[in-house]
Amino acid sequence: MGLLDSILGRSKPKQANLDALFAVPAAAISLQAGAGLRPTGLGAVCYRPAGGAAFAQAEQEILDLLRGAADAPEVRLEHDEFGFTWLVVDDDPEDVEGLVTDLHAVNTTLETHGFGPGLLCSLLPFTDDAGRTVGLLYLYKQGTFYPFAPSPQGSKQRDTLLEISLRDLLAGELPVEAERSRWLAVWGAPGL
Amino acid sequence: MARTRFIGDPGLTARMTTVMFLLGGLFVVLIVSLMAVGGRGLAPIIGIVGIGIAVYQWWRSDTVAMKAMRAREVTPEQAPELHAMVDRLCVLADMPKPRVGVADTPMPNAFATGRSPDRAVVVVTTGILKTLTAEELEGVLAHELAHVAHRDVLVMTVASSAGIVAGMVTQGAQYGAMFGGNRRDGNSALPVWLMMLLVSVVVYAVSFVLLKLLSRYRELSADRAGAYLTMKPQALASALQKISGEMNAVPDRDLRASQPMNAFFIAPAVKGVSLRSLTSTHPSLEQRLEQLARIQAELGRPTG
Repeated sequence: MGLLDSILGRSKPKQANLDALFAVPAAAISLQAGAGLRPTGLGAVCYRPAGGAAFAQAEQEILDLLRGAADAPEVRLEHDEFGFTWLVVDDDPEDVEGLVTDLHAVNTTLETHGFGPGLLCSLLPFTDDAGRTVGLLYLYKQGTFYPFAPSPQGSKQRDTLLEISLRDLLAGELPVEAERSRWLAVWGAPGL
Repeated sequence: MARTRFIGDPGLTARMTTVMFLLGGLFVVLIVSLMAVGGRGLAPIIGIVGIGIAVYQWWRSDTVAMKAMRAREVTPEQAPELHAMVDRLCVLADMPKPRVGVADTPMPNAFATGRSPDRAVVVVTTGILKTLTAEELEGVLAHELAHVAHRDVLVMTVASSAGIVAGMVTQGAQYGAMFGGNRRDGNSALPVWLMMLLVSVVVYAVSFVLLKLLSRYRELSADRAGAYLTMKPQALASALQKISGEMNAVPDRDLRASQPMNAFFIAPAVKGVSLRSLTSTHPSLEQRLEQLARIQAELGRPTG
């Protein structure tokens, strides 16, 4: 936000930046090779639903679009306690490209309807053989990724060391969020 | 190109700009007339001291305000839900996360302060945590974050500096004889200190009204930005109603149930600019609810 805008009190909602999502399939390969983390086939987009008919219409349009395809993935909506909606796409774990394309379609549709400022993050959960899950999160407003590794004991602890090593692993493939304070925790997100 | 539902509010911006311009003009008038009346030596000193006080207030605003409200800063471990809420809002708004504080008082309230967005602190009272639902609290936090993003502490401090200087001169001039009281202007019969007193009182009064006006526009701007951030204007609206304790502004009771009493009611006859609306720092609840209703309609309009 420019200085003039802030002085005049005209903050503009920041629009989402969707471009970097398509770099995820390559990153998924290095996650599997470097850390033994496999895609779960799940992907979720987290957004703030607006009240009113316009938003319901946009949401329905997205659901119709995703369910209308020939090899349609399973799509469901989850509402969390912070008032955000998670649109969860359950696809074939082998087809990361298809999953990312679906997530991108969700975002573009919301954006064309003017709800770009409501997009919070996208999440792709990964899992290893021991059954622990790690989320790869994409921050729309920054256009950057970061790993979120809840510690296996539950109890809302993060495995910081694993997160940092994953960051180093991903640094060559994806734009990684440099500011650690922006690594938002998403406890209880779908697939984690 | 993606569209945004956020449309400007030229009326609000124009009124705010006008008020800010008038405040700036007032400051110039004050300094120039002090220089003309009070001699070259004194006026700049008073001006510099006054601005110094304003800068100090701004610089130390977070500490001072938190002490005044007996607030303490809380860590994410102490208040995980509050922090998570602020976290998400900051990600949505793409702004640095402010510190979070809690004030231990039953009065429902919240405020934001700090000299810059990086040094800001958002404080809520325990009363507001008890009164509001999660959704309403989020609306309030978004409103406070908008104050941070708009740098309202800075704007209000700068705007109040003319008033501070005028207030200082007024106080000083009461001990008028101290400086220049026995010195007389050749053409004027009025003592210099009396002229200074008059100028300062007028400036102080005008700046008082202008400041209140400006403060109200900033509140409306923060409401607006907060509502667009959470996309839930109705949550902020119900929070405002709860906080201001003016639940009666929107009657809960069925119109038919209150029929027998209606005959005795007199609709509020005085509309427009009353003294109350001129001197309060916050816009009236109705004004704020009206704006939120407009935003609600704007968000709900289908784009086809």
